[in-house]
Amino acid sequence: MKKNIRTALFWVFVLCGGLWLLNALFMPKYMSDIPEGALIAEYYKEETGHDVVFIGDCEVYENFSPDLLWREYGVTSYIRGSAQQLIWQSYYLMEETLNYETPKVMVFNVLSMKYGEPQSEAYNRLNLDGMRLSPQKLAAVRASMTEEESLLSYLFPLLRYHSRWNELKGEDLRYLTHRDIVSDSGYLMNVQVRPAENVPAGRPLGDYSFAPVCWDYLDKMASLCEEKGVRLVLIKAPSLYPFWYDQWEEQIEDYAARRGLSYINFLELTDEIGVDFTTDTYDSGLHLNLYGAEKLSRWFGQWLTANCPVEDRRGQEEYADIWNEKSAAYAARRERLEAEWSGENPA
Amino acid sequence: MSFATTQFLAFFGVLLLLYYTVPRRWQWKLLLAGSLFFYWFAGWWCLIYIGVTAATTWLAARRMEDLAREQDVWFREHKAGLSKEERKAWKARGKSRRFRWLLGCLLVNFGILAVVKYTNFVIGNLNGLAAALGGGQPLPTLSLVLPMGISFYTFQAMGYLIDVYWGKCPAERSLGRFALFVTFFPQLIQGPISRFGDLSRTLYAEHPWDSRQIAMGAERVLWGLAKKLIVADRLAIPLRTLVSDPDQYRGVYVLAVIFLYAVQLYADFTGGIDITIGAAQMLGVRVTENFQRPFFSKNAAEYWRRWHITMGTWFRDYLFYPMSVSKPILKLHQRCRNRFGGVGKRVSVHTCSIILWFVTGLWHGASWNFIVWGLLNGIVIIISQELEPLYDKFHARFPRLRGSRGWDAVQVLRTFWLMGAIRVLDVYRDVPLTFRQLGTVFTDFRPQALWDGSFLELGVGMGDWLAAAAGAGAMLVCSLLGRREPVRERLARHSPHLAWSGCVALIWLTLIFGVYGIGFDATQFIYNQF
Amino acid sequence: MEELLSILRELHPEVDFETCSTLIDDKILDSIDIVTLVAEIGSEFDVEVPAEELTPENFNSAKALWEMVQRLDEE
Repeated sequence: MKKNIRTALFWVFVLCGGLWLLNALFMPKYMSDIPEGALIAEYYKEETGHDVVFIGDCEVYENFSPDLLWREYGVTSYIRGSAQQLIWQSYYLMEETLNYETPKVMVFNVLSMKYGEPQSEAYNRLNLDGMRLSPQKLAAVRASMTEEESLLSYLFPLLRYHSRWNELKGEDLRYLTHRDIVSDSGYLMNVQVRPAENVPAGRPLGDYSFAPVCWDYLDKMASLCEEKGVRLVLIKAPSLYPFWYDQWEEQIEDYAARRGLSYINFLELTDEIGVDFTTDTYDSGLHLNLYGAEKLSRWFGQWLTANCPVEDRRGQEEYADIWNEKSAAYAARRERLEAEWSGENPA
Repeated sequence: MSFATTQFLAFFGVLLLLYYTVPRRWQWKLLLAGSLFFYWFAGWWCLIYIGVTAATTWLAARRMEDLAREQDVWFREHKAGLSKEERKAWKARGKSRRFRWLLGCLLVNFGILAVVKYTNFVIGNLNGLAAALGGGQPLPTLSLVLPMGISFYTFQAMGYLIDVYWGKCPAERSLGRFALFVTFFPQLIQGPISRFGDLSRTLYAEHPWDSRQIAMGAERVLWGLAKKLIVADRLAIPLRTLVSDPDQYRGVYVLAVIFLYAVQLYADFTGGIDITIGAAQMLGVRVTENFQRPFFSKNAAEYWRRWHITMGTWFRDYLFYPMSVSKPILKLHQRCRNRFGGVGKRVSVHTCSIILWFVTGLWHGASWNFIVWGLLNGIVIIISQELEPLYDKFHARFPRLRGSRGWDAVQVLRTFWLMGAIRVLDVYRDVPLTFRQLGTVFTDFRPQALWDGSFLELGVGMGDWLAAAAGAGAMLVCSLLGRREPVRERLARHSPHLAWSGCVALIWLTLIFGVYGIGFDATQFIYNQF
Repeated sequence: MEELLSILRELHPEVDFETCSTLIDDKILDSIDIVTLVAEIGSEFDVEVPAEELTPENFNSAKALWEMVQRLDEE
């Protein structure tokens, strides 16, 4: 009898070990393709806290450069952004981030106020798979699931990704237990240049009011930050598209005023910032490229220093070493990408 | 909830845990509660249907038994004073009183089945007829939803009722226990159709924890899931493509449909039955086998003794036999025998066979394709009976053929393809279309599709074909190895490590290669609505 | 008994019905043989074999069959 139990335990152990390995093997690695999928998990590699944490969709992780904020202002920051991050995902990421650190400022990009419903399974996966298991992750999954999804497949990703069995590549084995760093403190660098031409005006909408659920989550963000003593700053990044309607702008302005929050719409500040949409975007105005992002960050760094309780930490040893290393990686990446780009597009 | 879902696994896991922790005398009550929950999950209104069937059958059977007992007591007391004729008449009167209860209960329950399952079929046919005769407002069809497993539980309950009438099994006195017999959840979705005499032996007993039985049952469940998820659900994808555009997929593709559907249906249906029997085994309940390597049958009659066995024996015992020994049929037999001699002797039997297969077809579904499918099966069996003298002559000519392996193989293959060709009626679901498609095998064969890569464009790639083939190959090997003793028993006997490693590997393989989750449509068991 | 054997032999000339006692178990008689038998017995011996008597035990051997016929005749 005892022997039987020992045999059973041994094989249950083998079974679970195998399942753990299979989970790791079948999980998409996002190393050579769709690096956006690797962003959320990369945060857990951070060794120090940050004074500023950005939360939001591509309008944050493509448009702000934490490295520049460090180099020019000594401000430590991190971007917890991911592709088409929905507002409830942002909220739970915010809550989860506060389990790890308490920054001075949290910056939230308000574009996702326009989505009142779960959008697509693929984006849910990109945004949620990277989160460590936590009550916040479960809550985020529950809030995000589209009809055919199941909570279980977020706990055991094999249930979702098993159909990749005939597309597994060397990459899946190579990155079985570790990942390379794909971003610079959450910023996904792009140095390509594709000017914005003929940006279409937004088509009139039947209804310009944001969904009640979005307001709820925005409220929860504001309350959470208040409770934790974090200054919440709302922004709208200077992306020309998706179109940002005046009616939306009004609602956000009203809200910020009512709750006593700062709200910056960078679309109205492009001249002051110096963003030039013929040179500073890599995809015709959807996102800024590195040059645009650095201009925007330069302006924002100044604003942060002037308006928020951030510190210049360049002299502080525990930060300086780490950030200098980050800067070196940033510079190297910049050099490599620029060489690639000019190789493809000889002037 | 269908078997291949996490809901079912969770439900069953919880039930199993409770089953072996509650006091043993409550075990069957727990099973009843679980079964009712399982049924309620499919829709609360389903409980009304199955409740009516359980209650009426329980009552009628009890009543018949009481009557028989009273009659028996009276008979024993008054036997001495009666003449032979009087005794006979008295017995006949008693029987007819019981028969009224039987008939009433049969009418109610088959009536329910007929109404929910066949009303729209009848209305559709009447409308078609009216239109052909050029007149009339078409009758509106009803929106009736078929209660889950109604054909199965109705047959199971009615089989019990007839057994009680015949005195072959005692009536169950407790309504709760009888309700469990009707609703026992593992076999609710797609059979087998159990006999009360078989199932009651283990259904109500107290079951102590038995690691070996539970392990064996679990392994069988696992094997069933693998068959269904890896082979059946994967092959369903190209089958859907092939059937969705019959004009494009003709000739050799029709042969592919025959072959693939045979494998797909077998994997799906036997996989489901494996889950049923395995789950019941884990609960300590023995459920009758429903398949016996049917694709190795050498003729149609044998095939039907080995495929969906419990349905075949149900029809045999409760329809074919009573019908064959009924007065009108015996009269028909007498008349034909006297008039036509040899062949005439078989006229009545063939008549019964045709009726049997007509009803079998109808039971499978309320549409003409099933009826034609049933009739074709009957006709094939009758023809092969009538040709028997010819076979005998043939074998007298070539005596070495009979019993040789080569000839066996020829017969097996012939039966496989013949039954397969008839079976595609329920793939195309349209009688003329099916025959047109089968015709193209001869008129428009175009075998190059087999090797020019066309089969990679049916919705599954090379990898999927290989996975399905490997799965089907494993099924074949296990089926052959398991002729005398199931493979899992053998493994366990050899070494527990072998059995464990097999299970662990099977879980991994099913999780990886199973067709489930996003990107795959979860399909229902094919027999679910029959 | 002899009449019964001749009915049986007509169905399956190759079987030795006097000794064989596994007619059903070895699948020598199938359901069609059984109902043919019942019909023939009905015309030959003038007994009605009700459906509930169509059991493997009653048809496994010629002897069992004969016993059933006699029993039904008596009743």
